[in-house]
This record gives sequence, structure tokens and C-alpha cells, in this order.
Amino acid sequence: MLVQDPACGGQVVFAGAVRNHTGDRKVLYLDFESYEPMAKKVMQEICNHALEKWPIRHAVCHHRLGKLEISELAVVIAVSSPHRKAAFEACEFIIDELKKKVPIWKKEIFKGGEEWVSARP
Amino acid sequence: MKVIAFGIAKEIIGQQYLNLEEAPSNVLELKKHLLEHYPEFMELASLRIAVNEAYAEDGHPLNESDEIVIIPPVSGG
Repeated sequence: MLVQDPACGGQVVFAGAVRNHTGDRKVLYLDFESYEPMAKKVMQEICNHALEKWPIRHAVCHHRLGKLEISELAVVIAVSSPHRKAAFEACEFIIDELKKKVPIWKKEIFKGGEEWVSARP
Repeated sequence: MKVIAFGIAKEIIGQQYLNLEEAPSNVLELKKHLLEHYPEFMELASLRIAVNEAYAEDGHPLNESDEIVIIPPVSGG
């Protein structure tokens, strides 16, 4: 794993999977698009921010694009640190920030319709 | 001036690239132009503009050589 390090006793991984429903609507699949060069920059900035804020040694994140089926992984974040608490906290920070800042858009496809997630209040 | 749109912004404009004959001087002017010509932007939870791969404040000036992108509410993860 990219975050493996003999100095680290904790490796925390968050994997975000495609859920089969939103509220009471059945989701058929998702379609992701991105402004890729900026998305990569912003993801790196978020990981760098986490590396400054917590005593962690490594932080990486990866997001998939295009059509993803139910249960497929859309995003994976991995963090390692000498002790586990910092890795848990940093990992949660990274996914929370990613959802707010990274220019990636998710469209949910339902039976008989589709919707850009979070576009409207 | 060329402006690039993604996600729901692409659907509101009807295409991915928007060519503006009169270039807005800054981000705020661009937002005003978009809201005026495509009122559906008013329905969005947020409307941000990126200039050269970074979020730009309303007062940020715009130049012909900039890469200007409309960022509707993001929903990664």
C-alpha cells in the first residue's frame, strides 16, 4: 500500500462505495465527471493540509470517474501515522474536504430519471 | 472569451463551451452575465468560478488567456 511505512503503526483506509438508494429512490448507477487538472490539485492540497495539521506520515486519495455500478468504489483515501488516532481524524478530514472542494460531479441515474447530486438546495 | 462548463452547468448552458463576445472584467461580472442569460443558475445551491485551476473570488480579474471554468455545486465522494 502507498502509505506503508515501518514508522507507522496505524493505516486507516476510507472507501466510498456506490449506494443503491437515495432516500426512498432506487439508484441504478452513478456517472461521475470532473475538471480533472484542478481536481488533482485540490486533492493534493487537501492531503498536504492534513499532513500539516496532524502527526501523520502519509496521505493519499484517489477518485474514479465515469459510470460506476452499485457497490463499486468511487473514492479511496489512505492515511498512515505512528499512532492510529491521528490517522482516523485526518482520514475523516480528507473525505469531508473532498466533498466540499474537489471539482467532481456525481449524477444519479434512477429508473425513469436522473439528477446531479446536491446541485439544488 | 471562452468559458468551460461542467456537470449541471453544462446542461443549463446547453454545451460545454461558452464563447463570450464581450469579455467580463472580473469573476463577479461573469456571474452576473450567467445569471442574466441563464436564470436557471439562480436555482443552484452555489455558483463558483475557477480561474487557471483554482477557485477565484468575485473581484478576481479575467483575461483572454485565462482558463475560466464554471463550478456548480460539487458532489464527489
